[in-house]
Amino acid sequence: MLTLTCPCCGITADETELHPGGEAHLKRVGPGSSAEAFETYLFARSNPKGVHFERWRHAYGCGKWFLAARCTATLEVFGTYLAQNAAPPPEILAAIRARRPDWTPTAIAPRDPEPAERPNE
Amino acid sequence: MPSNPATKSTGRYSVFALAREAMRMHSGWKRAWASPEPREKYQVVIVGAGGHGLATAYYLGRNFGITDVAIIEKGWLGGGNTGRNTTIIRSNYLQDPSAAIYDKALKLYENLSQDLNYNVMFSPRGLLMLAQTEHEVRGYKRTVHANRLQNVATEWVSPERIKKMLPIINIDGPRYPVLGGLYQERGGTARHDAVAWGYARACSAMGMHIIQNCEVTGIETSGGAVRAVNTGKGRIECDKLALVVAGHSSVLAEKAGFRLPIESLALQALVSEPVKPCCDLVIMANTVHGYMSQSDKGEMVIGGGTDGFNNYTQRGSWHHVEETVRALVETFPMLSRLKMLRQWGGIVDMTGDRSPILSTTPVGNIFVNCGWGTGGFKAIPGSGWAMAELVAQGAPGPLAAEFGLDRFREGRFIDESVAAGVAH
Repeated sequence: MLTLTCPCCGITADETELHPGGEAHLKRVGPGSSAEAFETYLFARSNPKGVHFERWRHAYGCGKWFLAARCTATLEVFGTYLAQNAAPPPEILAAIRARRPDWTPTAIAPRDPEPAERPNE
Repeated sequence: MPSNPATKSTGRYSVFALAREAMRMHSGWKRAWASPEPREKYQVVIVGAGGHGLATAYYLGRNFGITDVAIIEKGWLGGGNTGRNTTIIRSNYLQDPSAAIYDKALKLYENLSQDLNYNVMFSPRGLLMLAQTEHEVRGYKRTVHANRLQNVATEWVSPERIKKMLPIINIDGPRYPVLGGLYQERGGTARHDAVAWGYARACSAMGMHIIQNCEVTGIETSGGAVRAVNTGKGRIECDKLALVVAGHSSVLAEKAGFRLPIESLALQALVSEPVKPCCDLVIMANTVHGYMSQSDKGEMVIGGGTDGFNNYTQRGSWHHVEETVRALVETFPMLSRLKMLRQWGGIVDMTGDRSPILSTTPVGNIFVNCGWGTGGFKAIPGSGWAMAELVAQGAPGPLAAEFGLDRFREGRFIDESVAAGVAH
């Protein structure tokens, strides 16, 4: 069973106590964005066989969302961190590189969302 | 229809062949397919020798006369989801494009043993989807109406009739009372390995190359179109490339330089010790995430729900098995004394609308067939038929037209979350 440590309350929780929330660090696009930008944001996923950054919620614990770095090919967990991080923090990247020296972040970066024409209207 | 090409190399399977071999201690049976080394170039390379890949190859040859085809497979033939599913075949979907392709598949399954001269043990024993909540009652009644318009014969059956059809069921609940069911008489099962083996034999007989233990390590493109694939057995040039690899679709798409709207999740199944015949229907119970049929050997074949997180390990989480079995035991109390023999997992490729993708891609002459998620086995012949059309003509035919990648940009989803959300 998958076990993750919630960075909010510090409890090490089993999978049954947690709710998975899909890929992390997706950039939300604004209302004026193109159909392609919305497609990328809503549907295109890196879905890597290897290091994956993802969202989890400590559903039957403190209730908070947090982020985890995990290997989808071995189920190894590299670490968890607060959802406020816009990108994986250095200590998580160091933990991944220590275990996966050849790892490079996914080759295809998601297309940058186009600037909204009418931001926050 | 051309005469069956499978007769050329392995001899036609028949009662006379059986009698002849019985007279000579079965010494004359030949291998059902050849295992050649790859050539330098093929007209079409198909990645993935599972049911969908082999069916694509077969219909390319049978319907379009294209036999300069290699089917390359990183593991062994039919060793992925083709060998890991619960073999359910049905076509009672909600949306018209789904009904068209799944019913095409079902119709092809009905004659597949004759067509391939290979017994795929298609068993149209009837398929019953249990409605155990008011929402499901409404959902399935809507599906029955939709199916009637699609010319797919299904009917709504009452709890009393379900009890008569299936005496081992407990319709009273209390947690999961049976409120009715969606019944498709033509639904059933087939032998999953035989489907892969039958297609493989027919492809091999047409001169196609099936190359196992040959993993794709890279995809070469030039001028925006595919040129070759690099594999564990060297570089193979191709005019057209079809990616038909289910759970690993995103991995191969990344090698070709594009992304897919797919996430790979683990889905589990388990099988009990063999018991005497007690269940001559395929039962699906979506509310409790379980589905069950009895194999010809007497084992209860049980499928569960998917895990919620991305996973390529072909191992699922134990608590999903526990949930499935707990709910099935309440609906079928006799299961509580059964020992389970085996449990396994496969990696399913889930799309946002739970419908498959048969499509051209951003790279020229690369085609994808993926996203069948938790229910690909039933679609194999129809999927191969539509995919062959797409690859041969370079553009989708009527069966594949609605399943393009562009539907995610344009918002033309084929929402099958009721028909295909979990149970298959």
